[in-house]
Amino acid sequence: MAMVEVRDVRKVYDGGFEALGGVTLDIDEGEILALLGPNGAGKTTLISAICGITTLTGGTIRVGGHDIVEGFRAARNLIGLVPQEITLEPFEKVINTVRFSRGLFGKPRNEALIEDILRKLSLWDKKDSPIRALSGGMKRRVLIAKALSHEPRVLFLDEPTAGVDVELRRDMWAVVEGLKRDGVTIILTTHYIEEAEAIADRIGVINKGEILLVEEKTSLMTRMGQKELRVELVHPLDAVPPALDGFDLKVEQAGRVLSYAYDAAAERTGIGRLMAALAEAGLSVRDVQTVQNSLEDIFVGLVAAQDADQETAA
Amino acid sequence: MNCLAILAIYRFEMSRFFRTLLQSFISPVISTSLYFVVFGAAIGSRINEVEGVSYGAFIVPGLIMLSVMTQSISNASFGIYFPKFIGTVYELLSAPVTFFEIVLGYVGAAATKALFIGVVILGTAALFVDLSIQHPLAMVAFLLLTCLSFALLGFIIGIWAKSFEQLQLVPLLIVTPLVFLGGSFYSVSMLPPVWQTITLFNPVLYLISGFRWAFFGMADVPVGLSLLAIGVFTALCMGVIWWIFRTGWRIRS
Ligand SMILES: Nc1ncnc2c1ncn2[C@@H]1O[C@H](COP(=O)(O)OP(=O)(O)OP(=O)(O)O)[C@@H](O)[C@H]1O
Ligand SMILES: [Mg+2]
Repeated sequence: MAMVEVRDVRKVYDGGFEALGGVTLDIDEGEILALLGPNGAGKTTLISAICGITTLTGGTIRVGGHDIVEGFRAARNLIGLVPQEITLEPFEKVINTVRFSRGLFGKPRNEALIEDILRKLSLWDKKDSPIRALSGGMKRRVLIAKALSHEPRVLFLDEPTAGVDVELRRDMWAVVEGLKRDGVTIILTTHYIEEAEAIADRIGVINKGEILLVEEKTSLMTRMGQKELRVELVHPLDAVPPALDGFDLKVEQAGRVLSYAYDAAAERTGIGRLMAALAEAGLSVRDVQTVQNSLEDIFVGLVAAQDADQETAA
Repeated sequence: MNCLAILAIYRFEMSRFFRTLLQSFISPVISTSLYFVVFGAAIGSRINEVEGVSYGAFIVPGLIMLSVMTQSISNASFGIYFPKFIGTVYELLSAPVTFFEIVLGYVGAAATKALFIGVVILGTAALFVDLSIQHPLAMVAFLLLTCLSFALLGFIIGIWAKSFEQLQLVPLLIVTPLVFLGGSFYSVSMLPPVWQTITLFNPVLYLISGFRWAFFGMADVPVGLSLLAIGVFTALCMGVIWWIFRTGWRIRS
């Protein structure tokens, strides 16, 4: 059974705008799922729907097997949410807002746990500061501390690293790793694709309220990853010799490099034949390098393809 | 019932109150004293007694009611409006709490603060005039019920309001006039007959009258009617809140 089951979820906002158009998604226990999508894709709306902040226009959602409407108490007990916007009571002390969150989720006081969370997020020395005296990055960590205060089993991080400096980002990922070790399911959205590439187990791509793809990160990258073989020559060429015409090579760097695009997952990549043909044509090779497409290229390609599809359909 | 959550909301709301405790304490003391100077001394020198009670003492229940009502409303409305305004309401909406528990937390805290201020005013008044309370139990009951029902009203206003102006609007345009015209500072029998009849349509009159009865044993309207009025009013507020809960009106998009 999936930890989070989203079935045909639709969301039409009051103005009539359809932000989610029938989303179905399973999130397994203990995995890290990164949701990617351009601004306005519906990431926050999807998270809000799962957490109960926004009502569903259609479809059902279960968290830990509990329907989020009928079993809202049991479902929400499992969920921690770090919202995209920084929303905190400005005059309250850091530690009090964190205590409040724990209490609100019906958990008895546990000062040791709260101290541990604040220390991990480097907030302990700020515990008695009023929120308004914190920097933006610190406030974001307070939001994380609040979400962790009630020991959630499913954690939603809506752009947790926006406006957070490099060092803190690393701290944050250390916290996330720790949670993953404890078996917490983590769903995060981000616009930093390298980040998703670095920490996610699975990647989901959403655009215009539709999930375009959800796949294991590694298989996604091999399946969709176009690879490129770059052959550096000893003697520069003016043009591709006729003997190599069949390979669709590109000449780069003033004839010093030949580049060959191929599909890494294909049965026959053609690399062997290419190398043989190069030797036959009498070209001496100085170096060979392969370059893999980044997730970013994949992502941009997917979104652009959907946008183009819709334009032709319209 | 998620009692820990109710307690958490209650505590959090009260901590705002404790941060400004001195202010919360001093302002009713000063305003009460001012009322005694202006109404008690200036008007009281012309009106010696109202139905056997010195004018200074006569206005005490009305004074308390005036503050308790406005405080209950403003505390509760601000309490729930503020999280909506700054966005922290997301946490309430995503927590394993029912709307009823949220209401209990906010309304409980708002009523507590109003009660505190009511007691401060009573204490201050006792320094100026001789006060005897004939029906202490009824007095406490009326006070508590008023705190509660007006905090419920305030909660509704806080949910309804879309701006700080709207938040002030109802207390300013409706509640304060009703309280002033509801016999806070005079007995209805002192008015011309036409106005006596009109005043009977003012719901606040029933509360003040009942409250005053608890102090002095005299009332503009029968006590039973006062109790009925406050009961109906509380039920009405609860009904509206129940409806808000069913529909998610102005809180859940
Ligand atoms: N309360 C609302 N009322 C009406 N439309 C809304 C509301 N909230 C969001 N939308 C619309 O729904 C769409 C999806 O918004 P959402 O916030 O889910 O996007 P997102 O993927 O989180 O984007 P971002 O990366 O910018 O955070 C947007 O077109 C947005 O304008
Ligand atoms: Mg968003």
